Amino acid sequence: MAEQAAIRHELAANLTVQQIKQLERRSRRESLGRAWYKFSRNPLSIVGVATVALVVLLAIFAPWVTPYPKHAGAFTDFAHAKIPPSLEHPFGTDQIGRDVLTRIIFGLRSSLLMGVVVLALVVPPGVLLGLLAGYYQGTWIDTVIMRVTDIFLSVPPLILALAVASVLKPNLWNGMMAVSLMWWPWYTRLVYGLGVALRNEYFVSAAEVTGASTAHIIFREILPNTISPILTKMSLDVAWVIIIGSMLSFVGLGVQPPEPSLGTMVADGSRYLPDQWWIAVFPALAIVVVVLGFNLLGDGVRDMFAAEEI
Amino acid sequence: MSADILTVTDLKKYFVIGQSGLLKREPITVKAVDGVSFAVREGETFGLVGESGSGKSTVAYTVVGMYRPTAGTITFRGQNPFANKTRPLALKKEIQIVYQDPGSSLNPRRSIKEIIELPLRIHRPDENRIEQVVRLLEMVELPPDYMYKYPRMLGGGEKQMVAIARALATNPSFVILDEPTSALDVSIQGKIINLLIRLQKEFHLSYLFITHDLSLMRNVASRVAIMYLGKICEVAETAEFFRNPYHPYTQMLLSSIPVVSEEEEKLKPQKIISTGEIPSPVNIPSGCSFHLRCPARMDICSRVDPVMIEVEKGHTVRCHLYARASESIPPSEQ
Repeated sequence: MAEQAAIRHELAANLTVQQIKQLERRSRRESLGRAWYKFSRNPLSIVGVATVALVVLLAIFAPWVTPYPKHAGAFTDFAHAKIPPSLEHPFGTDQIGRDVLTRIIFGLRSSLLMGVVVLALVVPPGVLLGLLAGYYQGTWIDTVIMRVTDIFLSVPPLILALAVASVLKPNLWNGMMAVSLMWWPWYTRLVYGLGVALRNEYFVSAAEVTGASTAHIIFREILPNTISPILTKMSLDVAWVIIIGSMLSFVGLGVQPPEPSLGTMVADGSRYLPDQWWIAVFPALAIVVVVLGFNLLGDGVRDMFAAEEI
Repeated sequence: MSADILTVTDLKKYFVIGQSGLLKREPITVKAVDGVSFAVREGETFGLVGESGSGKSTVAYTVVGMYRPTAGTITFRGQNPFANKTRPLALKKEIQIVYQDPGSSLNPRRSIKEIIELPLRIHRPDENRIEQVVRLLEMVELPPDYMYKYPRMLGGGEKQMVAIARALATNPSFVILDEPTSALDVSIQGKIINLLIRLQKEFHLSYLFITHDLSLMRNVASRVAIMYLGKICEVAETAEFFRNPYHPYTQMLLSSIPVVSEEEEKLKPQKIISTGEIPSPVNIPSGCSFHLRCPARMDICSRVDPVMIEVEKGHTVRCHLYARASESIPPSEQ
């Protein structure tokens, strides 16, 4: 009898669990729907998403969507150099006869790669240090982390990047290292400020008082509450990293020729202004569009989270 | 009369808030709690009442272990929770707390299930957690499908019920209620109070009920203590406390409870107009800290801090009015 009762009890529990799993899925769907509604209320956010999606797709499928994939590398065709925009070459050709549109689309690759890699390198350590400093606020851990952060923040970012890039071999990877080195303190600062405030919230005390571990409090109680500002900052930062990457390649310390990059193209093309304007102007416009796209996306992400807090 | 579950003796908690002087640095301290003694009996509700700034929450936070006392001792069933640097888990399991504002005591990024699961994970790791979460939700009269909701989807009263479920998840014997209803709508306050009373009977809980609401204590507490500027003025059984208040501050508080009917009016002591506000705990007045606002002020009050006197059995008061000369006035003053 007792055994039967136990089985029935288990069944009932399982049923509830199943029903509850369903409820969980539904509530997750609902909150996703709500988030999308808040995000899409601003039409500019949609423009941002569309732009970013288009840019990413173009970059991924560059060899198949560009009219002259060969022009992406070391290709010369002096017979067709400096042709103004036409049907065959919508953005014209450059000083050695390469299709500008093709090179712009290939150039997006290094820009996006830079944005993604730099953020991937910067966010985890920056956030971790900020969480630790915030949780141990007022102790030597806080002091050490935040003073080191201050030192890094006091170095002018572009100069540090230039120094690193010129000491090491100038290429895309060293450029990324240099930018990463100066970027993490911003995340530490952001998370530190949030962490100090969150650490004094009653839900943290409640966890401490009941015996939760420090790791639980830092990663399960505090970290989830910092995610939305971090994501918002990340989506806005992609644009900044792309600009810095373009600046580095503009001064010759980023992507090296013949690899196409938007910054290098603007730099090379600027010598042919104003007569062959298309060589520099179209890559410059491409930078503007990409950066604007990410900024609009970032604003949308911020709106989404801001509304959620209420 | 049952045994004491928690004894607090001469508890002091000072906070350093700054330093005075440029060369000769002396810490500026806030004496949030300055020599508080009381005992809570098994199964009772001990009401600790005071204005904001009186230090009643600091007492609660020290008992639960958020602060270490500056001086004094706390004994819980014969054990000192502050004997070691960290409080043993077994004691954390026994002493739980429900905070005032469930909006900030529940993590907005964690689901109700995760919130209630945490104490289960720590203190009852071998039990089926889903089952326990459902049982705890049932206990506080919430449907099981609230598990996957987040605090922002719940009303204030429902959030407080979740906070109560979390506190009960460890199977505690002693629960501190830090103004559990003052952040809630009046319509929900009664529901929460009834729930708390029912749970107390069901699980034989002892409550330390912190509040500024005296009229609530009349119905809920078995004994009431009044706090003023970090010190207890008067302690008595609830019925005795309301029938026969001794301390001028208690009389002032009781006479300022708003009432609706004539009948209730008769229950109150004679009208005493309350004057002034609670002074800053950084600059505590000399002598009896209440003398600036006291209608029965005497010469001695500004010079000598009175001591606790048992006026009747179980009814103690800290006031010169009831002093037997030999007990409260030091020889130098006589």
